[in-house]
Amino acid sequence: MEKKEVSFNNFEQCIKCTVCTAYCPVVPVNPRFPGPKQAGPDEERLRLKNKMFFDENLKYCLNCKRCEVSCPSGVNIADLIQSARRRYSAATPTLRDTMLANTDVMGRLARPFAPIVNSMVATKPVKAVMDVVLDIDKNRTFPNYKAHGFVGWFNREARSKQAAYSKKVAFFHGCSTEFQHPEVGKAFVEVMNAVGYGVELMNEECCGVAMIANGLWNQASRHAKHNVAVFEKMVGEGLPIVATASTCTFTMRDEYPHVLDIDNSKVRDSITLVEKFLFDLIDAGKVTLVFKKDYAARIAYHIPCHMEKLGWSIFTKRLMQMIPGVSFTVLDSGCCGIAGTYGFKKENYEYSQEIGRPVFEQIRALAPDFVCSECDTCKWQIEMSTGYKVLNPIVILAEALDLPATTAANRR
Amino acid sequence: MKQEFDVIILGGGITGAGTARDCSLRGLKVLLIERNDIATGATGRNHGLLHSGARYAVTDKESASECIKENMILKKIARHCVDDTSGFFITLPEDDLGYQATFVKACTEAGINAEIIDPQEAKRLEPSVNPSIIGAVRIPDGSVDPFRLCASNVYDAKLHGAVVLTYTEVTEIIKNQDMLTGVKVQNRRTGECGEYHAPVVINACGIWGHHIAEMAGAKIGMYPAKGALLIFAHRVNGIVLNRCRKPANADILVPGDTVCVIGTTSTKVPYEECDHLQVMPDEVNLLLSEGAKLSPVLARTRILRAYAGVRPLVSADNDPTGRNISRGIVCLDHETRDGIKGFITITGGKLMTYRLMAEQATDMACKKLGLDVPCTTATTPLPGSEEGGIEKIFKNIWTMPTTAQKATVGRAGANVSSIPLSDEYEGSVVCECEEVPVSEIDSAIRNMDVHNLVDLRRRTRMGMGTCQGELCGCRAACILAKDHGDVVAVRNDLKQFMNERWKGMYPVAWGETLRECAYTQWVYAEVLGLNES
Repeated sequence: MEKKEVSFNNFEQCIKCTVCTAYCPVVPVNPRFPGPKQAGPDEERLRLKNKMFFDENLKYCLNCKRCEVSCPSGVNIADLIQSARRRYSAATPTLRDTMLANTDVMGRLARPFAPIVNSMVATKPVKAVMDVVLDIDKNRTFPNYKAHGFVGWFNREARSKQAAYSKKVAFFHGCSTEFQHPEVGKAFVEVMNAVGYGVELMNEECCGVAMIANGLWNQASRHAKHNVAVFEKMVGEGLPIVATASTCTFTMRDEYPHVLDIDNSKVRDSITLVEKFLFDLIDAGKVTLVFKKDYAARIAYHIPCHMEKLGWSIFTKRLMQMIPGVSFTVLDSGCCGIAGTYGFKKENYEYSQEIGRPVFEQIRALAPDFVCSECDTCKWQIEMSTGYKVLNPIVILAEALDLPATTAANRR
Repeated sequence: MKQEFDVIILGGGITGAGTARDCSLRGLKVLLIERNDIATGATGRNHGLLHSGARYAVTDKESASECIKENMILKKIARHCVDDTSGFFITLPEDDLGYQATFVKACTEAGINAEIIDPQEAKRLEPSVNPSIIGAVRIPDGSVDPFRLCASNVYDAKLHGAVVLTYTEVTEIIKNQDMLTGVKVQNRRTGECGEYHAPVVINACGIWGHHIAEMAGAKIGMYPAKGALLIFAHRVNGIVLNRCRKPANADILVPGDTVCVIGTTSTKVPYEECDHLQVMPDEVNLLLSEGAKLSPVLARTRILRAYAGVRPLVSADNDPTGRNISRGIVCLDHETRDGIKGFITITGGKLMTYRLMAEQATDMACKKLGLDVPCTTATTPLPGSEEGGIEKIFKNIWTMPTTAQKATVGRAGANVSSIPLSDEYEGSVVCECEEVPVSEIDSAIRNMDVHNLVDLRRRTRMGMGTCQGELCGCRAACILAKDHGDVVAVRNDLKQFMNERWKGMYPVAWGETLRECAYTQWVYAEVLGLNES
């Protein structure tokens, strides 16, 4: 059976139970969005009749994939919606959409002027101008660009040390590790080295998720093709592709073939998240973690939507629960509302905050020391909306591990 | 109860509806009587193919040229009922490619534009077509919604003064010596009896016309040929696919509205079976295996339901298959044929040629009435078709229409102006698969002789989508109960509606269709308690 025909017919598995619509975070807050069942399998039949039946309101889909997670019939509902946007939308990306989508380009442009850019976008007048000129909501707080990126640090401080390891992984760091949160990448290298794995970087491109969300389909496809080719080379050399960002991981595994029609079948199963990678090694008895005796923290875990879709939050939970002295609470599963670039847009800002409200309220009620989450845009949204710090699990792990002892324990 | 009309038309199929419209446009006082709902016989039980006539070009030139003329007329007067998809006649490796030349020549002679195209180009234009095709001819086929076409004709007839009685059965033909003067009827819902008079009675009852003619004392040799069809849950093809060979079983795949339909079979059935047709497993198998030759993906596509109709063919010889009988129009003047004055039978023909059939029958009726009024149905658009394409209409009304608003325009055409869709309740969706909003349902109940949920389905497509009434059945029942005021009756009606849906799903109840049935059964029987009396 041809791949295309399977996905083409996939929507026929829908038996209209409407569970997806009950789980959609957009439906309760935005009446203009028809809901996943209607926007996906129902309207697909009309779109196949004539493309004029396409509804531009499909742009309100967060692509959080909660509909797919809830579907008992295995329908790729959000893929249907994104594919429909790709095939039929007459809307062209605005300057704002293009800027938001090009997370990598914006990062490179901003970096040399990082202190200026950071302080400027934090000022009220600049926010007001962006609100009016670019339709980027003035209430939004921007993540800070770092003057020195992760790759630069790696080349200076870490690259030469990696040759010492016989086992290696290829690290997909993603845009936010490079431009905003190099500490995530540093933590990754420290932990991997401690458990006996060397780290190699690749000539990676942005995974393209924001381009998909903003309708820059051709650019997204170019990035996907580039990354798949790079991954094929690495996997061919026996290196798994390990990432720290859940959305990049999910996009490269599933959105490439489902939405962009890019064949990643040779590498898909080798693309993994560091939490799963570590857990599998520990579970197989190949790796031992030694924790600091005095580490203590009350952690609330927010499961990003794409982590739900991957079905991998269990690995993070198990890893975090291994840390002695951690009080670990898993928040009720719900979208935080940011959905990448969605919440930055003026027309979505209020919906975005309304969608995330239950998550924010629960965090405030719990009053943890910090929140744990694999997704950087969730981090920005929760930090802005609650004031609580959000840390990537790998950063927490690097902090909680007794690194010298772990290194010694894994040196066999 | 006695009423006077100029003409009484029996049969609310497309022929009767078209004749009622033509007669009323010519100024006659018309009564249309139908035993069930409109479009319940062969009208609602066919491919919905807007024939170009190409299928008959080689075997029946007269039908072919009638078809292409009517094809071009319907594309103008019934725009909101027609989808101008175009069609292919494809040659498979097992077919004789030599037939293509014969076919194209015959088409050209009949006035049908037939263009041989490269198989590669055909595959590009219609990706679902069997990739092993060795030949393709493009012809101006399309699809037509027979329910909408029939309802539009009835609606226009009513706008021009016609009286329409559905669920009314003719119990007796009233004769004064050799002169037919009226009919006695009984309302099948209320049991009420009545009597209506007119100097001309037109029998447009399709296969059931056999029985009406008998009541009047005439005999017509009808040949009931059953044809079974399968509906697939979405449009697999955008272009009509035919086999380029002599007409045979399951060789037409028509994209109609949100679905596509493969058909047909052809088997002679006893006259008594015409009211209780069933689709048999061997017919389903035949349709599937032959259909997959046109478009292999059909073998892996969800089937919505199976149905069958009876062609009202008038038999000429002892052809055991019924395939060789002319599909031509039979318009009988029983005065010259049987010595019965004031009685006309219009039969044979096809959905495609209904307008021409109506014109011939109306001409004959006018002649009998001593009137000389020209026919205008070939140039007068049906209500809803006056204003051009769907896209133009909805763009005139809304800046950012929802799919449901667009879908309503797709069904109602320009009539959408009388369907309020602006407030949240009016615009909310009853049937989610076909996107039918509350106000469209309301409007159909008020204006289009809707007595039950099945009638409502024929007017709006509500319940014709993937879930087959699972979500909309109970919602539509609510609206109907509000309008008709009888909750118990509507509750029973809902049961019948769901059972009628099941009847069509039963022959193809496997895979996703069976899961859907099980879920629907759970919702209606277990959750809503519809099984309790």
